[in-house]
Amino acid sequence: MLERILMASVAVFSLGAGVAGAQTIGFSQIGSESGWRAAETTVTMNQAKERGIDLRFSDAQQRQENQIAALRSFIAQGVDAILVAPVVATGWDSVLEEAAEAEIPVVLLDRMVDSSPDLYLTAVGSDLVHEGRVAGEWLVSAANGEECRVVELQGTTGSSPAIDRKKGFEEGIAGADNIEIVRSQTGDFTRTRGKEVMESFLQAENGGADICALYAHNDDMAVGAIQAIKEAGLKPGEDILVVSIDAVPDIFQALAAGEANATVELTPNMAGPAFDALEAYFADGTMPEKFIQTESKLYTQADDPAGEYEARKDLGY
Amino acid sequence: MTGSTLLRRIAPQLLTLAAVIVLVSIYYPAFYQIVYVNDRLVGIPIDVIKRGAPVALLAIGMTLVIATRGIDLSVGAVMAICGASAAWSIDQGYGIGAALGIAGAAGLVCGLWNGVLVAFFGIQPIVATLILMVAGRGVAQLITGGTILTFDSDTFAFLGSGTMIGVPVPTVIWILTGIGFGLLVRRTALGLLVESIGVNLRASTLAGINSRVLLIAVYMGSGFCAALAGVIATADIRGADANNAGLWLELDAILAVVIGGNSLLGGRFSILASLLGAMIIQTINTGILLAGFPSEFNLVIKAVLVIVILVLQSPRFMPYLELLASRFKRSSVTRLEAGE
Repeated sequence: MLERILMASVAVFSLGAGVAGAQTIGFSQIGSESGWRAAETTVTMNQAKERGIDLRFSDAQQRQENQIAALRSFIAQGVDAILVAPVVATGWDSVLEEAAEAEIPVVLLDRMVDSSPDLYLTAVGSDLVHEGRVAGEWLVSAANGEECRVVELQGTTGSSPAIDRKKGFEEGIAGADNIEIVRSQTGDFTRTRGKEVMESFLQAENGGADICALYAHNDDMAVGAIQAIKEAGLKPGEDILVVSIDAVPDIFQALAAGEANATVELTPNMAGPAFDALEAYFADGTMPEKFIQTESKLYTQADDPAGEYEARKDLGY
Repeated sequence: MTGSTLLRRIAPQLLTLAAVIVLVSIYYPAFYQIVYVNDRLVGIPIDVIKRGAPVALLAIGMTLVIATRGIDLSVGAVMAICGASAAWSIDQGYGIGAALGIAGAAGLVCGLWNGVLVAFFGIQPIVATLILMVAGRGVAQLITGGTILTFDSDTFAFLGSGTMIGVPVPTVIWILTGIGFGLLVRRTALGLLVESIGVNLRASTLAGINSRVLLIAVYMGSGFCAALAGVIATADIRGADANNAGLWLELDAILAVVIGGNSLLGGRFSILASLLGAMIIQTINTGILLAGFPSEFNLVIKAVLVIVILVLQSPRFMPYLELLASRFKRSSVTRLEAGE
């Protein structure tokens, strides 16, 4: 009896594996600490459903030991591949070696680990410096050669998005002598601080008359700053151009209302490229690049912001 | 308190505030400029008294709690809870009155919880309020569903960014609350009773003060102030941000009380001095933003200024200052006599 059940399950398993390549994929998510993270989970599940993949989901609640336990249980279940969004960069060597021994490919999402690249198939993520560069290049074209004094709302001091998005923006405007960052302060990635700091920028720059554009390291700070600009009696989006990064739903409302000008997307769809890479790998053993960079797409008022808002508002942001 | 004793009590805070303002205006000479545009006063001093509203409100409640020899670490989290409750009520379509009622009630309930833990179970205030400080943000996140809960109500937003005869509404709220609490504790015996249980709880109880009820009332007062601060913070950004609303503000509120010259060991207190302390902190914060230093320096500058202020106000240092002041007075008198 037992033997028959075992035989049957083996048959079903091999049938599944034979038909569509990777059928069962384990996904170890960090947790749901931010709206973006929640959206990433939703999008990953949607992507798996679209492709007919059986996704085993595990929420690590910000703890590495939970993630390592989840990975071990995925290996024991004999999944075809593992996606993991690592909570920290260190301490992954032994569990990744176990996965490699079991010949289960591992794809890293969104964050990197400092283990040897041989231990994982590929990593999918966004290039933070590139995001800043896209925002800077947009401003160069929007300013169109005219003098432009820019104020910058930085992320939390010392955090890697704040450092890299600042660096990228400076690279983006490097060639344009007409654009100059005149004030730069941290807004801690929050709406409250974004509004407060923008108020002081407006005061310090002649009631806002001397500011031509605002660059915020995330959309939330931009949303707060937009309110400050409005309360100062100026028109955000016209008197002061607003460009930020992330593409969360609320910034699309501002874009639709003409109060923001551009946002650079940090896509929550890291799983799509990961599944594509896995499909190719299972089909004919194609080895993907070690780092797959997601597109940092620029959205402006011309890109149907109202429609984008509708598409995003239920993703869990 | 007569006029001159009151002035002597708050003199160090007034001098400190003046010194900080002078310091900021060195880096930013247009500090004093106030103009009237679009039916509102605009200027750095106006920004200070508006942005300082949450800490000022928290400092009012915190002063009373500290006067009882307690401390309330939960006020930042209570701000998040009350802001989230108000935003949720507006979002559900209840009116502004209901939203304010629910937020105020939430603040009072949080204060009741703290007060009962302290007064009835005898848990040390720092531990009792730590519970809500940690758990409160979780409660707020449950209310907002983990996202920034935005709402669309101009009446509610008025509380955060509106003006009355040019003055920002948050400023009006903290000044009125300060006056209200000041009258309540100084025009009745309540202030004296609060001080007495701060100095010696057991002796006060033996003398016939219902110290349990009074302690609970004080923590509820603190919760109510936090509710007002939470409503302002939420109305200001037209959304309830459970993760960040009031984050670390409990520490600024305690600092305001300390800069206000109130002892953490309880006893004598002055709400007015704490409010001046809150304005000193906000002037520093705003000044740092205006000065245009790189943001890596923000916290260091603030810390250095706070240390200087506290050292100058310390009991060891005060006699030197008074000596200096009397010498200055004497020398100016002699100069006058010399006919200069």
